[in-house]
Amino acid sequence: MRKATGALLAAYIFAGTPGGSAAARMIHVGPGDNAQERLQTALIEAAPGDIIHIAAGRYALADGLSLDVDGVTIRGDGPERTILDFTAQKGEGEGLLITSDNVVVRDLGVENPAGNGIKSKGSDGIALVNIRVEWTGGPKSTNGAYGLYPVSSKNVLIDRSFVRGASDAGIYVGQSQNIIVRRSRAEMNVAGIEIENSHDAAVVGNIATNNAGGILVFDLPDLPQQGGRNVKVSGNQVVGNNHVNFAAPGNIVAGVPSGTGIMVMANRNVSVWGNQVIGNNGNAVMVVAYTQAFTDKAYNPLPQAVDVWGNDFRGNGSAPAFPGGKQIAAAVGGTLPPVMWDGITRYTVPGTAEARMASGGVRSDVPGITLNLGTHGTPATAARPSPLPVTDFGKLVPGADIGVTLPAELEARSR
Amino acid sequence: MRRALLALLLLGAAPQPAVRGDLLLASDAPRLADYGLFDASGNPAPGVAPYTLGTPLFSDHAEKFRYVWLPPGTRASYRASGALAFPVGTVLIKRFAFPADLRQPARDLRPVETRLLIHRATGWVALSYVEEGGEAVLKRAGKRVPVNVIGQDGQPLAIDYAVPNQNQCKQCHQAGEAITPIGPTAGNLNHGLNGAGQSQMVQWQATGRLDGLPATGVPQLARWDDPKQPLAARARAYLAVNCGHCHDRAGFASNSGLYLGPEEATPAHLGILKRPVAAGRGSGGREFSIQPGNPDASILVHRMESSEPGIMMPQFGRSMPHREGVALIRAWISAMDPAAPAG
Repeated sequence: MRKATGALLAAYIFAGTPGGSAAARMIHVGPGDNAQERLQTALIEAAPGDIIHIAAGRYALADGLSLDVDGVTIRGDGPERTILDFTAQKGEGEGLLITSDNVVVRDLGVENPAGNGIKSKGSDGIALVNIRVEWTGGPKSTNGAYGLYPVSSKNVLIDRSFVRGASDAGIYVGQSQNIIVRRSRAEMNVAGIEIENSHDAAVVGNIATNNAGGILVFDLPDLPQQGGRNVKVSGNQVVGNNHVNFAAPGNIVAGVPSGTGIMVMANRNVSVWGNQVIGNNGNAVMVVAYTQAFTDKAYNPLPQAVDVWGNDFRGNGSAPAFPGGKQIAAAVGGTLPPVMWDGITRYTVPGTAEARMASGGVRSDVPGITLNLGTHGTPATAARPSPLPVTDFGKLVPGADIGVTLPAELEARSR
Repeated sequence: MRRALLALLLLGAAPQPAVRGDLLLASDAPRLADYGLFDASGNPAPGVAPYTLGTPLFSDHAEKFRYVWLPPGTRASYRASGALAFPVGTVLIKRFAFPADLRQPARDLRPVETRLLIHRATGWVALSYVEEGGEAVLKRAGKRVPVNVIGQDGQPLAIDYAVPNQNQCKQCHQAGEAITPIGPTAGNLNHGLNGAGQSQMVQWQATGRLDGLPATGVPQLARWDDPKQPLAARARAYLAVNCGHCHDRAGFASNSGLYLGPEEATPAHLGILKRPVAAGRGSGGREFSIQPGNPDASILVHRMESSEPGIMMPQFGRSMPHREGVALIRAWISAMDPAAPAG
């Protein structure tokens, strides 16, 4: 990616100031004939600092669009007014692909992309703001995987967006760092919001409802970036995530039990604080080791230092869908307590000695259970459930700091 | 350039085209003809030399004609892996054409587009010139071109041919954040021109177009369609050329953890018992990229057999499955030992 210079950064700021520099151009594209070529040409010919304005209307697109110019803002007239319609898409894996830095995409809708909705790959500075991605035929396994999909990116903002119907995760941030997902809504996806193989992420003030799983924080082996850590899940409404899991088998989310509120897998230093977690029939909060066999010697499958505190848990845990869940619920009085940890503390990678958990697994200020599975690979049906000790977090009252700060210029263009 | 023109004048100004090396370096010409790489009937200008690859990328059965032009007095430098190091000023040319009948690939060819990779001082630039109204014009935003041929089964076949846009050129030709050639590697050029005669590497060295060719140890990428070559070598060559440019640690699909370059040695990164990461419905309900011994349970095969966006691989560059390529990969996976340990 071409790096934006300091001068260009200054130009962005002037562009937003009345009477400021005219360096940044506004390029208008409207609906009508040949929209594919006109849009793609605008995206190719844009210069850093430009704003591409996509006027209200429906744009029927047969191929994916892509942007590879730094510092561009793509702006519609609103998520219900400017609609990029990929119902007849014939090529490409995304509706819109961003491969450049300091890009803001905002105020538009994306319908029925064949693969993912909007993807960024390798972007430093990507903001997706007031976007709607929707598969209008409802949740189906033939829908695309991800609605909003920044991957291998840095300084990521997803704000005030909406995703419905994704056959994997509605909002998915993978192998990235310095991430805020806020004030967004994910419904009727397999996973609502997923942070995977990423570090320094804040998922705050979102609504995840009627997905199979509400909010997932995962780490997987055999990938260029792993070691997911430093994730804050705060102030979200995680409500009624009881949708049937309609993911294609084989994908990791296909194993997320319907009814899961928040699920943490193989991450360390995760804080789940101040959320409303209501009416999820399975686990309100599930904390587990990576669920599959693996051979990656650099990978740690265990969750570590996961703190669950100050949440409002109501009406969860009545019908856990994971194998052995009903029996475990029955053994603890019919309803699972808000927090469940698989209790896996040891693992062995083929060809190496057994490794053990270096620090604690889960701390919770509400009742929880551990399944005491012990060794990685032990199935949940072999659970020997026992209560987790309740932790008093005492004076650890969090402030407004969510632990992640994004570049001011990116935030300014996203307001 | 001026010297070349002068030479032409002294020779009596033959009607041959002369390559505009200055223009290639300076600007994106609106018409292919502006660069003087070919004459009006499509014959290459002096110095525009054809080359062929042992294993090419599948492009919907398009016939592809490759040429290289090096600025006078310059030569490429040998590299054992990756593309050769071409000097600034080089242009790599690929012309796409469809025969009227796929069973007679050399006859009645209809040209569709010409792609250029130009090595400028600031890096490589990818341009595509599409045949429109009798001339090849620059198209940055891509184009769908309907192509009607007789297929290999003798039946009419409608091909929804897609000229890539400039960003798609880069998606494949990506090395980190820069654009790079893919095809002309030492291994893939280490075959005779059109599969016959002396290795092109040796020919290039002998004609002053290549420096540094070692006397021994030059790698050779197998010809994917040569039944005399070992099955695994053919399959790996096919995957390297058709998938390995994206599925590379510095490529567009780096985040997948699936790496199909010719030198990849880790079974899990080659897809053996590797679970999908972000495949979504592309997994086809299968658990592993490659399930040894079982192509029908391998995601790789599912995605090669599909022509649906969101599932098909490569994501663009073809609109139909490559039957012979799929058969090769199926045979390779079938021959794998199902009991081999994952790695």
